[in-house]
Amino acid sequence: MEKSVVLTVILLTVIVLTGVATWQLLAPQTMGQESSKLPQSPSQLPKEVSINGAGATFPFPLIDKWATEYHKAHPNVKINYQPIGSGGGQRAHIEKTVHFAVSDAPLSEEQFQKAPGTLHIPITIGAVVVIYNVPNVPKGLNFSGEVLAKIFLGEIRKWSDSAIAALNPGVRLPDEEIVVIHRSDSSGTTYIFTDYLSAVSQEWKERVGRGTAVKWPAPRALGAKGNDGVAALVRQTPYSIGYVEFTYAMKTGLSYGRVKNAAGEYVEPTIESITKAVEYAAIELPKGDESWSKVSIVQSVAQNTRAKGAYPIVSFSYVIAYKELNVLPGIDEATAKALVDFLWWCVHEGQGYAAELYYVPLPPNVVRLNEDSLRMITFNGQRLLRG
Amino acid sequence: MVNGDRSSQKAHIFFLPTCHPRAGKAKTLLTGDNVFKAFTAVVASSIILILGLMVYYLYLGSRSSIEKFGLVFLIGVDWDPVRGVFGALPLVLGTLVTSAIALLIALPISLGVALALSEYMPKRLSNVFSFFVELLAAVPSVVYGLWGIYVLIPFLREIVYPPIRSSLGFLPLFSGPIYGGGVLTAGLLLAIMITPIMSAIMRDLFILTPSTLKEAAMALGATKWEAVRVMMSYARSGIIAATILGLGRAMGEAMAVTMVIGNRFQLLPSSLFDAWYTMAAILANEFIEAIDPLHISALINVGLLLLVINLVVLICARLIIWRHVKAVGGVMRE
Repeated sequence: MEKSVVLTVILLTVIVLTGVATWQLLAPQTMGQESSKLPQSPSQLPKEVSINGAGATFPFPLIDKWATEYHKAHPNVKINYQPIGSGGGQRAHIEKTVHFAVSDAPLSEEQFQKAPGTLHIPITIGAVVVIYNVPNVPKGLNFSGEVLAKIFLGEIRKWSDSAIAALNPGVRLPDEEIVVIHRSDSSGTTYIFTDYLSAVSQEWKERVGRGTAVKWPAPRALGAKGNDGVAALVRQTPYSIGYVEFTYAMKTGLSYGRVKNAAGEYVEPTIESITKAVEYAAIELPKGDESWSKVSIVQSVAQNTRAKGAYPIVSFSYVIAYKELNVLPGIDEATAKALVDFLWWCVHEGQGYAAELYYVPLPPNVVRLNEDSLRMITFNGQRLLRG
Repeated sequence: MVNGDRSSQKAHIFFLPTCHPRAGKAKTLLTGDNVFKAFTAVVASSIILILGLMVYYLYLGSRSSIEKFGLVFLIGVDWDPVRGVFGALPLVLGTLVTSAIALLIALPISLGVALALSEYMPKRLSNVFSFFVELLAAVPSVVYGLWGIYVLIPFLREIVYPPIRSSLGFLPLFSGPIYGGGVLTAGLLLAIMITPIMSAIMRDLFILTPSTLKEAAMALGATKWEAVRVMMSYARSGIIAATILGLGRAMGEAMAVTMVIGNRFQLLPSSLFDAWYTMAAILANEFIEAIDPLHISALINVGLLLLVINLVVLICARLIIWRHVKAVGGVMRE
């Protein structure tokens, strides 16, 4: 009997070790530097190609949809996207461990120096919406940048504050303390929102600043994880205010506010008003291969008094890739070509899938900019797209 | 009885090959026993290796934070990723306090559950209940977190907390605004999470105590409760071990805590209803989209700190057990 126990143990060990060994061998194929060295299996018919990407979580549902649809149309191309976060995507790009990265923020000047020949390709648009839960107060409260900054700084403490009342004549606001709800996890959403508050409030800029995670100064503030966490907490907490991605505000059915833009209008977040903001900002966008570190739709719309009808809290998600794809270790021409074709498809046909998932499609002037950027991509100096 | 059998078997496995007369020259070193012995040695030492590697890589990852802040990291009360200022004292306090609340609630309940299951319930019923306890112990923490958000928080905010505040509100601990989530909610949820695993372990312990012990106590005229107390004192070190396991789980719990604690970085909350933060929670929150290298390093530093604090707590608990074992003179130990 003991012998059988020993045998079982040995057998189990062998199984576990084999498992570990197999995992070791297989793991690099899905992620990491090794992957680009052996991206295609020596399959017979049309050459199989797998493209690896990683980065932001916000556009993940859209990219996932694109990957599925593209694979349906091109069965030999497989796109693996890992939503590891914008920061992780940027690092993976600089370390050249992925074919493309996705980030909610452009590379900083310093990062751009570390990764020469980087292209920024906006692929979709995100907007941040202010949601609130104030019993007996209707949808569509008006907010201005200064009032929002003061609420999130903790200087406006009550809903009945005269500053809020002045923006909302005729609305009876309760004499209750405001509970501020923010993201507790670091996120692109927080970055866009704090970028906006920094653009409209000098005090916010000096005391808090902008970032994927910041130090929240309001004394009655709660942090919740994820867009869904913020939405759930706002729904549960009477007299609270929070911010979520546009898509979540639309899906959850919570009351959301209108925000005053530089033109003096109170604008409701809609696909049209968000697209408008991008159209205004796109006029001054750099070329795809220049540094995008200064690009901020929020900053350019916040002070643009002519930006009529534009919702001000808006930002891009970017695909970040190299202009000369041969710099990636182990990439071959077929993979490079497949990558460019896929990205071309994303900024054209792919945009058609955006609206059904509540993403905002790119306006034509940004698509044209992307076309120019994608035409710059080469492999061994040879252009991969013609025309 | 059961224990006796177990330990003699252990001795057999470990000592027979070397002292058995026939285990000499005739056979090679590759006997099943030797292979098994080597295997256990390898597996056991891998634990040390894994721990060592973890500490080493956590240290590597947090080096720039350690170099910049040093020990000030431990007493710093500011966490500002934008300006690159990081200090972990509020997180340490939050972790210790929520875990302490959890333990304070979970320990008596688990003891009660374990005693009911092992001593007082009819066997059939006890089997059914034990199954449910073990099932609860296997529920993933994110499920507890979701339940916390959608069931526990509204229940506490509407029904439990207001009367507590109106009756005990003169104490600073129970005054101030009620959000639903907060320190006490996190402590309660943690208590609910660690109770099943603690009760399951304690029940097994009680079942394994030699029945001769209870029989002897009863023969001397002890009541059932007195006999149970004798049994509990026999199993005391095991109870402490189960408690440590619960404490370890409470301190390391990230997902469920972050969903109910409110995630506010402040040195001390204004009351038990107020929001706070823990080390594990900030890791779960900020790691994924942290971009600045110093921010990442500070977060890994928090991970290292959590490991060290867990280690300190474990060592303290071990010391307590050793002292206790000495006190009973080892007679009652297996």
